[in-house]
Amino acid sequence: MSKRIDVNDLNVYYGNFRAVEGVNINIEARSVTAFIGPSGCGKSTFLRTLNRMHEVLPGARVEGEVLLDGENLYGPGVDPVTVRSQIGMVFQRPNPFPTMSIRDNVLAGVKLNNKRISKSDADALVEKSLTGANLWNEVKDRLDKPGSGLSGGQQQRLCIARAIAVSPQVILMDEPCSALDPISTLAIEDLIEELKTEYTVVIVTHNMQQAARVSDKTAFFNIAGTGKPGKLIEYNDTPTIFNNPSEKSTEDYVSGRFG
Amino acid sequence: MSNTLTESGSRGRAGDKVFSGIALFAGCLILFVLFCVAVFLLWQALPTFTADPAEITGGSGFWTYIWPIVIGTLIAAAIALLIATPISIGVALFISHYAPRKLSQGLGYVIDLLAAIPSVVYGAWGMTVLAPALVGPYVWLAENAGWIPIFAGPASQTGKTMLTAGIVLSVMVLPIITSLSREIFLQTPKLHEEAALAMGATRWEMIRMTVFPFARAGIISAIMLGLGRALGETMAVAMVLSGGGLIASLIKSGNQTIAAEIALNFPEAFGLRLAELIAAGLVLFVITLAVNMVARWIVSRHKEFSGAN
Repeated sequence: MSKRIDVNDLNVYYGNFRAVEGVNINIEARSVTAFIGPSGCGKSTFLRTLNRMHEVLPGARVEGEVLLDGENLYGPGVDPVTVRSQIGMVFQRPNPFPTMSIRDNVLAGVKLNNKRISKSDADALVEKSLTGANLWNEVKDRLDKPGSGLSGGQQQRLCIARAIAVSPQVILMDEPCSALDPISTLAIEDLIEELKTEYTVVIVTHNMQQAARVSDKTAFFNIAGTGKPGKLIEYNDTPTIFNNPSEKSTEDYVSGRFG
Repeated sequence: MSNTLTESGSRGRAGDKVFSGIALFAGCLILFVLFCVAVFLLWQALPTFTADPAEITGGSGFWTYIWPIVIGTLIAAAIALLIATPISIGVALFISHYAPRKLSQGLGYVIDLLAAIPSVVYGAWGMTVLAPALVGPYVWLAENAGWIPIFAGPASQTGKTMLTAGIVLSVMVLPIITSLSREIFLQTPKLHEEAALAMGATRWEMIRMTVFPFARAGIISAIMLGLGRALGETMAVAMVLSGGGLIASLIKSGNQTIAAEIALNFPEAFGLRLAELIAAGLVLFVITLAVNMVARWIVSRHKEFSGAN
């Protein structure tokens, strides 16, 4: 159920400004890949091109190709809506729909495009998704309460449940723990470890320990200076990036000498 | 040193007191004005309720006199809102979520301009342009849909009917509902919009999942403000509608609204007639108050899911 991603020569623009330049990267299926780098280096921007969320902003565009098991996401005739339904996303700040109950939040993606689902199937899916997001035991007695009543960490796990409810090929996470306390962070990290068995997971993080803990491979992004485009500096197995990087700037960053 | 501490503290507190005093005063002033209006209306209208029913216009008491024009007022406002609400929400959505940025700015400005046109101008336009232009359609409606009571013929030959008044009113409330809705649509958290898009929602699905639920209370308030204007609008209705007794058909002359009834009769009224018209004003006041309270109630019903928490 999970697919690999191959990115060839990707340039990302906001209007005329080139934010990310010439990225080539191969992301394995059923693995966790972490993007690290200083603020503004384009790692979040790049992540958003992987499910065509980048182009939601006015003037934003992309050159190059992103292949999902060989199929170009930016090919002619590809509907971004279809792309996004196959590549789920979890955002920095938990964003369950405030007007929906916990149950409806989980089912939101499934009910899109007027798809119908029977009540028993829906119940089973809600339980499976919430269990998959390690949230079932905490919310099973209040599925009809609004999702916004949960704690931050619970809300983020609800967002993950919402993302996996549609059985995506890939799950993208944009700093999913940066708004959470350490215990909630640990819960999410454990969850990422479990998600890996079924999904391809790509995670952007500012927390290098987190990247070291959860990821199989790590990509380091950097910028030469303000106004310059971000670049992929180095991409390798996580232990290699943290213990024996080949680039000087990677070593400086992971050892905390800058950024 | 200890002096500076107490001094700066007290100065800050004085500013705070002044501000809270002003806020309290402003709040009380509104209540006071509302109270005065209510007392004035009640006091001046009192003779109507104590007078002999035979002396009231129509000859059979105040309620017999007032209820046809209450219904007329509600019909006019209902037509206006039925036409204006879907158009306003559509236009507001177009401006906030569909139009390119340059176009949406210009369009928003034009809509705001629409609100600045005086009602007497709308009245003149409705009387001289819209009403004659609608005679043809009304005749067609009477012929082809005459079996529906509201389109019963024969159609008015001047076009100065309830439906025309309702259409003019709808143009007048359109900018109010549109600009308020647009403001609220624009405030939908990007976070939620992106959440919807990221799981494969089309733009319309995203709007249904995030924008409408978020804007629900705001849309209702906008409609109620529009309703306020439609209920109280005087000049345009007085000019466009050739009034009369209560009838079901909207394309014949007839029906009247409270505001227009007061405006048309006030200059020549004295004594009991004056009290009658003020009583009519009191009724309009009560209707508007009731409408607003119902709106509040609707808005507060779904508080838990409002997104404010």
